[in-house]
Parts: sequence; C-alpha cells; structure tokens
Amino acid sequence: MSEAVAPVTRPSADPLQRRAIALVSGGLDSMLAVKVMQEQGIHVEGVNFFTGFCVEGHTHAIRKKDKDKNKRNNALWVAEELGIKLHIIDISEEYKDVVLNPKHGYGAHLNPCLDCKIFMVNQATLMLNKARELAGEKGFDFIITGEVVGQRPKSQRKETMPIISSESGADDRLLRPLSALNLPETLPEREGWVDRSRLHDFSGRNRKPQIELARRFGLEDYAQPSGGCCFLTDESYSRKLADLWQARNERRYELDDIMLLKVGRHIRPQPHLKLIISREEGENRFLEGYRYQFTSLTTVSCPGPLALVDGRFESEAELEQAAAIVARYSKGRGDESVTVEVKDPGGVAREVRVAPARPDDIPKNWLVA
Amino acid sequence: MSDETLHELDVRRQLCPIPVIKTQNKVAELAQGEVLRVTCTDPGALNDIPAWCRINGHEVLATEEGDLEVVVTLRVGAPSVAL
Repeated sequence: MSEAVAPVTRPSADPLQRRAIALVSGGLDSMLAVKVMQEQGIHVEGVNFFTGFCVEGHTHAIRKKDKDKNKRNNALWVAEELGIKLHIIDISEEYKDVVLNPKHGYGAHLNPCLDCKIFMVNQATLMLNKARELAGEKGFDFIITGEVVGQRPKSQRKETMPIISSESGADDRLLRPLSALNLPETLPEREGWVDRSRLHDFSGRNRKPQIELARRFGLEDYAQPSGGCCFLTDESYSRKLADLWQARNERRYELDDIMLLKVGRHIRPQPHLKLIISREEGENRFLEGYRYQFTSLTTVSCPGPLALVDGRFESEAELEQAAAIVARYSKGRGDESVTVEVKDPGGVAREVRVAPARPDDIPKNWLVA
Repeated sequence: MSDETLHELDVRRQLCPIPVIKTQNKVAELAQGEVLRVTCTDPGALNDIPAWCRINGHEVLATEEGDLEVVVTLRVGAPSVAL
C-alpha cells in the first residue's frame, strides 16, 4: 500500500534553481524571509516544529468564549499565502532535553530560546543533509530563518547568531535574509545563488522596516507578534511548570502535563496535590477527555466546574478540602452544602457533601499562576 | 492503486496542530488516490487540515461539522518531495 520514498526532483524546469528550507513560525519575519528568497528565484519549502509549547489556536479551541476567534494555524496560513509546501514536524519528545537541560540557560522565564533555535536549525540541517543524500545537488542547498540581529534578548543577538550557525551544524548554509548585511557572508551569497546586495540589514526591536517591507510585498494580513509563539516565554505558564517540577521532586514532563498547564485554574492546597478546575464549558469538555487518567471532581447538586486531581488524596480530610474548593467555584457557592462526585480514573464514583470553601479558605499562594 | 480504500484516522481530543501532523504522517503511508477520513474534536482542524491539503496537493472531498466533532475526508494526491 505504501509507496517507496518519492524521488526528489526539482519542481521547476530550471535545473539551476536553488532550493532552501525555511523555518516557518507563522509570524511576519519568517514570512518576509521567504518572500525575499522567492524574489530572487529561490525555491522554498517550509518546516514548522511542534514543541508542545506552541501558542496556537489551542486555548481558542478549548475556551468557548474564544469560539469566534480565528482558529487558523498561522504557519499553514503563511505557507498557503506564500505558495510553499509546509512540513509540520512533531519534535515534542526530543524537545524535552532542550527545556530540561539548556546548555545556554533560560531567558527571563523557562524559555531556552538560544538552545531552542540551535535545536530547530539543527533539525532543519538534518533534513537538508538527508535530502542531499537522497538527491545530491537536486536536494536542498541552504536554510533560511527570519532572525533579526538584536530583536530578541536571548537568542537573536549579534554574538549568538554565529553560535546558532555553528552549534546547529548548518554553518554557512544558514542565511538570515532580513539581517544578512549585519552578518558574515554565507555560502549561498558567496556562490552567487543569492544576490547579497538585495538582502537586508534589519536590526533591533524596531518593527518598522518589517512592516514597510510587508507593505512593499503587498502583505496586509499577518500574525501580530504579541507575546511570541511559545508558552515558555509566558511568566504565568513558566511558574506552573516550575511548580509541577517542584511538586514531583524531579524535572520531567509528559505532553499531557504541558497541555494541561494551558487550561483551567490551578490550585495547590497540598504540596502533593493540585486541582485543575475548568473555568467554563469549553475547558470542561477538554478536561472531560482526561477523566480516565486522573481522579476528577464535579458538583452534582448544582451546576459547577470539572476538576482534575494531579496527585492523590492522602486522607479523607484532603478529599473534602478539594471538594469544598471545587464547590466554591460552582453555582452553589452560596449554599450551605454542595454534593460533589469524586470519580477515580477507573470510573468508580462516590459522593461527598461539603460546605463550599469561603474566599478566605483559599489563600492566594495556593493559586499557581 | 484503488480509490475505493477508505482509511480512518481518529484524532479526537487532540489539539491543533497534532491532528494536522497525524494526518500528514498517515497520508505519507498511503498511496495516491486512497481516501482518508479524519475525525477531530478541535474545531481548528476544519481550517487547518484543508489548508494543509491545499498546500501539499491533496484533495478535500468533504468536511462535516457536528456539535462535538468535525470530519474531514481527503483523497491523497501525488507523492510529495521527501524532506
């Protein structure tokens, strides 16, 4: 049924057309980098890496109140706008080592931006090498990114750009078209595949040159760079991840862990016990999918949230404390007592009747955010 | 190669882009002309899987949007350049 690996052939009739792999995040910079290459006749294909921490339509997909927000995947949308193929690669498993052991350390939060960029360019380099192995000169010739010198405090600095090139193994096959004139000449420029004089000298955090270039290319609709594309640059998210590691006494995570950090209200009433409480119907539905993995609590005498228990109850008092917290976020918060169903992952359920917690019963430092 | 074969992919409860990645990986195992039916719960898949199909040369035969699930049916196009 499955076919052998497809022959790697140039889609263009021009045997001299050079080919580049572009790291496509879905943001404006990588979009412009591709445009600049296409303007010079380079054939470009995109790669987009899924780390598990990507800020995509996730939260919009989950939360009902965000239902009307645009749910498109920006990388796919950009690829379609540019008329390029896009390969989305799941690197979430291999990426753990980048998050847990960043050689170059973290940024302001748990964001290992420099190691991340090295890792991604390395992945693209491996793909490039594999394609060259299969097809020789008919494979890919170089890699491009939308990096701009001085734009990001951790990874996009003048002194870190060469580190990314060398440690990724891409060396001078890595070209940054938007900032090339601030950097040493690369192979595609030296070989004349790309005209260096038509590359750019963007630098710093000022976005005006990018916006002007977008205008020149006739690009009007593009993702606004608000808060980056990775949850690890988010202070609240990083705190939740640090809390998870502290509670487990070890630095590790699974994909489900980091997805759940994106959802709900996180409350830790005991060092070994955290509640993930849905804030609305969409989150409720999302958390439903995890009831076979976690003990869950939900109010039955009145409408209320669904809560997952990360950890386990060591006593009946802890169970009742958790039930009272869940009742606090239900419609019965003003009632004398509320019935809460406690269901284990195997589906065995029982009910407890508790007085809803009062605001003072939930100290601020229990809220993980 | 038969276009009669209907393959199924269940990516319910997975959030985008995972449904797209799993569709991409499944399509890579299939031959041109084969039909794949993908069932998802993330409504974003209704935009993303057809977009992925358009840029990679696969044909979207149908999209169905229910209250809780969306289903995208596609026919596999010509093999892509290996990357």
